[in-house]
Amino acid sequence: MDLSAINPAVLIASLMVSATPILLAAIGELVVEKSGVLNLGVEGMMITGAICGFAAAVETGSPVAGFIAAAVGASLLSLIFAVLTQYLLANQVATGLALTLFGLGFSAMIGQGYVGMKPPLTPDLRIPILSDIPVLGEILFRHDLMVYVSLALVAAVWAVLKYSRVGLILRAVGENHDAAHALGYKVIRIRILALMFGGACAGLGGAYLSLIRVPSWTQGMTAGAGWIALAIVVFASWKPWRVLLGAYLFGGITVLQLNLQAAGVKVPVQYLSMSPYLITILVLVIMSANRSRASLNAPASLGKSFHASY
Amino acid sequence: MKRRTFLAGTAATAALAASGAALAAEATKVGYIFVGPIGDLGYNFQHNLGREEMQKALGASVKSSYVENVPEGADAERTLTQLALAGNKLIFATSFGYMDAVINVAKKFPHVKFEHATGYKRAPNVSTYSARFYEGRAVIGTIAGRMTKTNKIGYIASFPIPEVIRGINAAYIHAKKVNPNVEFKIVWVSTWADPAKEADAANALIQQGVDIIMQHTDTTAAMNIAEKKGIYAFGQSSDMAKSGPNAQLTAIVDEWGPYYIKRVKAVQDGTWKSEDTWGGIGAGMVTFAPFNKAMPEAVAKEAKDMIAAIGSGKYHPFTGPLKKQDGSVWLKPGEVAKDGDLLGMNFYVEGLTGSIPK
Amino acid sequence: MFMLEKRPSPSRFWTGATPILAVALTMIAGGILFALLGKNPLEAIRTIFFDPLFGDNAWYYRAQLLVKAGPLVLIAIGLSLGFRAGIWNIGAEGQYILGAICGAAVGLAFYPAQHWYIFPLMILAGALGGWAWAMIPAVLKTKFGTNEILVSLMLVYVAQNLLAEMAIGPLRNPQGSGFPGSRDLSQYPSAANLELIPGTGIHWGVIAAFVAVIAAYVLLQRHILGFQIRLAGQAPRAARFAGVKPDRLVLICMGLSGALAGLAGMFEVAGPAGKISIDFASGYGFTAIIVAFLGRLHPVGILLAGLLMALTYVGGDIAQSNLGLPSAAIQAFQGMLLFFLLAVDLLSNYRIRFGLKEAR
Repeated sequence: MDLSAINPAVLIASLMVSATPILLAAIGELVVEKSGVLNLGVEGMMITGAICGFAAAVETGSPVAGFIAAAVGASLLSLIFAVLTQYLLANQVATGLALTLFGLGFSAMIGQGYVGMKPPLTPDLRIPILSDIPVLGEILFRHDLMVYVSLALVAAVWAVLKYSRVGLILRAVGENHDAAHALGYKVIRIRILALMFGGACAGLGGAYLSLIRVPSWTQGMTAGAGWIALAIVVFASWKPWRVLLGAYLFGGITVLQLNLQAAGVKVPVQYLSMSPYLITILVLVIMSANRSRASLNAPASLGKSFHASY
Repeated sequence: MKRRTFLAGTAATAALAASGAALAAEATKVGYIFVGPIGDLGYNFQHNLGREEMQKALGASVKSSYVENVPEGADAERTLTQLALAGNKLIFATSFGYMDAVINVAKKFPHVKFEHATGYKRAPNVSTYSARFYEGRAVIGTIAGRMTKTNKIGYIASFPIPEVIRGINAAYIHAKKVNPNVEFKIVWVSTWADPAKEADAANALIQQGVDIIMQHTDTTAAMNIAEKKGIYAFGQSSDMAKSGPNAQLTAIVDEWGPYYIKRVKAVQDGTWKSEDTWGGIGAGMVTFAPFNKAMPEAVAKEAKDMIAAIGSGKYHPFTGPLKKQDGSVWLKPGEVAKDGDLLGMNFYVEGLTGSIPK
Repeated sequence: MFMLEKRPSPSRFWTGATPILAVALTMIAGGILFALLGKNPLEAIRTIFFDPLFGDNAWYYRAQLLVKAGPLVLIAIGLSLGFRAGIWNIGAEGQYILGAICGAAVGLAFYPAQHWYIFPLMILAGALGGWAWAMIPAVLKTKFGTNEILVSLMLVYVAQNLLAEMAIGPLRNPQGSGFPGSRDLSQYPSAANLELIPGTGIHWGVIAAFVAVIAAYVLLQRHILGFQIRLAGQAPRAARFAGVKPDRLVLICMGLSGALAGLAGMFEVAGPAGKISIDFASGYGFTAIIVAFLGRLHPVGILLAGLLMALTYVGGDIAQSNLGLPSAAIQAFQGMLLFFLLAVDLLSNYRIRFGLKEAR
């Protein structure tokens, strides 16, 4: 077994790229769930973002326009979910699944004309001076803009939830919507805004796949990334920094598995392909064994419909 | 190679189908089922391209239709029955997994002809057809052996089935022949189409110093990464030059059109017989995308000579002496591999490192 | 603006009328979608909704609706029990795969012997396989409080990899020239899930689905367990006072839904699919979740919802070949149908009042 062929710095750098789509989607879903809504349609919003972003980037020649279009497109899709669950009080689990089904079909339909195309390239930023630091520079300072955007989003969500009034209101709505309503907060409006934010983040994640990580458009290209993002939110017990940890851990195992193979290390492929999921389960068990803390963090109103009955 | 955009292609077919409808009384109805979306720019895309070519060539005398994304199993059987009930005289089932469904449905519709791609079960009204893609692999192996600077070639493989193993062996034998220092790095991704995973695999290979990538998966992801990272790659099933205008050295292109034209005509003439077709370069079923301009003249000539030799039957890519990975003799000098052995190939040839996942 | 007023009990009229209203709305929206794609909307709608039921070859398609709906209903019935009690098994797809693997493995172990008891043993193995796979999230939840949505979902991906491994490795047909996939069980009389009415494709799985519907109905209406399930979902605290043990309920509900999903997988692998192959799983486990909710978690509702979903699949395939509609359009159309069904559901539980009364 020759592990020396794997350069840890390069490995970490590539796991950051591989984890960014799920990180973006997961941080958005975290905000949604903190507001008390469970949207299982992340996969559908991601794939919609992937095609909207791809199409816009190809048409305009600008990746930035692509990312904006992805965020807008996916957050419009999340509005369908918002209207159904917030105004029409539809079941959130079923609506989320329907959103995924619709998103997959809808994206494949618009995507027909974009198969096999090459999007405009998003340049890697080589941050001056910093990127020349040995090892660290390679790991941290030679990425594309979206990697930093995703990290900034995690920090922003953490700060807003923890320190700002907006965060306080959001958490209040998620914990006890009746009490929040009684205090005069517009529960439905807040939840819709959270859903749109979640949609926009999922859309960015999808566009990261189609514009940077792959970069091309293929029908159904998210291949389950949205479900992983959902898992990571719970895995992180609704804490932003743990979402980052979860996404990098998950991305890391996938990348490591492929890198081991490429380096010629003999690995049981099928079983290794299962490993990210098994390890996620294992970590979940370890974390929830300390059951009081994990369950305390779950928003109390998660998944429940709100209807002001007076 | 003729290239059309997907949309232009469908528009043309729609127009043809419409003109065909007027003469529907005489038109031979031909149905297709595809396992994936026709927009995959890979395996299913090429089958549909073949269908369009056939429709164009035979014009109003044929009315073809298709159903895409048909899962194997109960859905395949229902869809095949549906096509037979709708009056199709000839039905092409284009995925290996449809094998038993085709046999079952064919029993119920003895007057309908069926054609099953890549399978091995036949019946009086069921033919099988496939292409000798390993011939194409031999050619790209030769090119890769000549073009690599690092002597490391990456191979993204899907599942350890004979088709894939045959491709790895054919490519390796011929790369090694022109470049004894060549080394293959194989990554099994356990999927036919997961662009993100294929892209990650390509990146992992590049980090290991690979400067040419071959793939046996369906999407263009590896080609996109090769283009981005400035290395070379080979297209799979389709010409992927749009994804990698600088990266693509050439592509092994599945060319089903001529076969489809021949078989539909046979049904129209009443000369259709159940048979097994395994055609390669010579039969025009395996073709190549235009060679990359960066390929030196000598390499291009060597590749073209090999294409000609294989096409004319003068050269067989699996000609002895060849040993298996464990050192035992597989083919004696001058001996040519039997089709039966190739169809069930489950071993690496000598020199490949690593083992086939079991 | 409009206001919602909760009905004391769901309206009987609207419970029946909303699905029809939803289908009508979908036809309009879908018609617009198909027209945008350059197809005749009326013809498309007719092909999807009417041809399978009343078209030329309806005798065949009606039976196929049952074949397609069978596994969906079987899985959805199991899921609905857990969903009612607030236990979220999202991983039925994995349990379906494990049921198929275990059922097929037992059948293949006997090959080529012919005994009457092989098929019953396979049924048992299929149910056990699904049950065991569902027990993983259930036990982890009761022992460690691990979230069952996540664990069951993660196990789907593990099961898919296991399936590929089985198709290439241990269960591969030794006489299959090295191709992946097991022997064809439907060609092995003692292990085959036989066609019960020739020419229709109807098999034991369809019968099992009907039995499950009736059994679930009786369970929920008449049995103490059914009462506990309903109580745990509607009033968890009251349920505790009534002596319902939450852990026991988790184990029972997850186990039941896993066993039914495993059964569905086993019937599918021994019948319509015929064998274990890499692509054996086609998402029934996820579609069944939608079916369970569309049927409002009620056994009879689930049966009808399963048939409606099956209709869009069967009709959708006909529309593809006859009209050249892309499968993506049909998928989007199914999504729209679900949106409308979920949207109008409101009418049966709430009264809508239009007026100037300020909503506070």
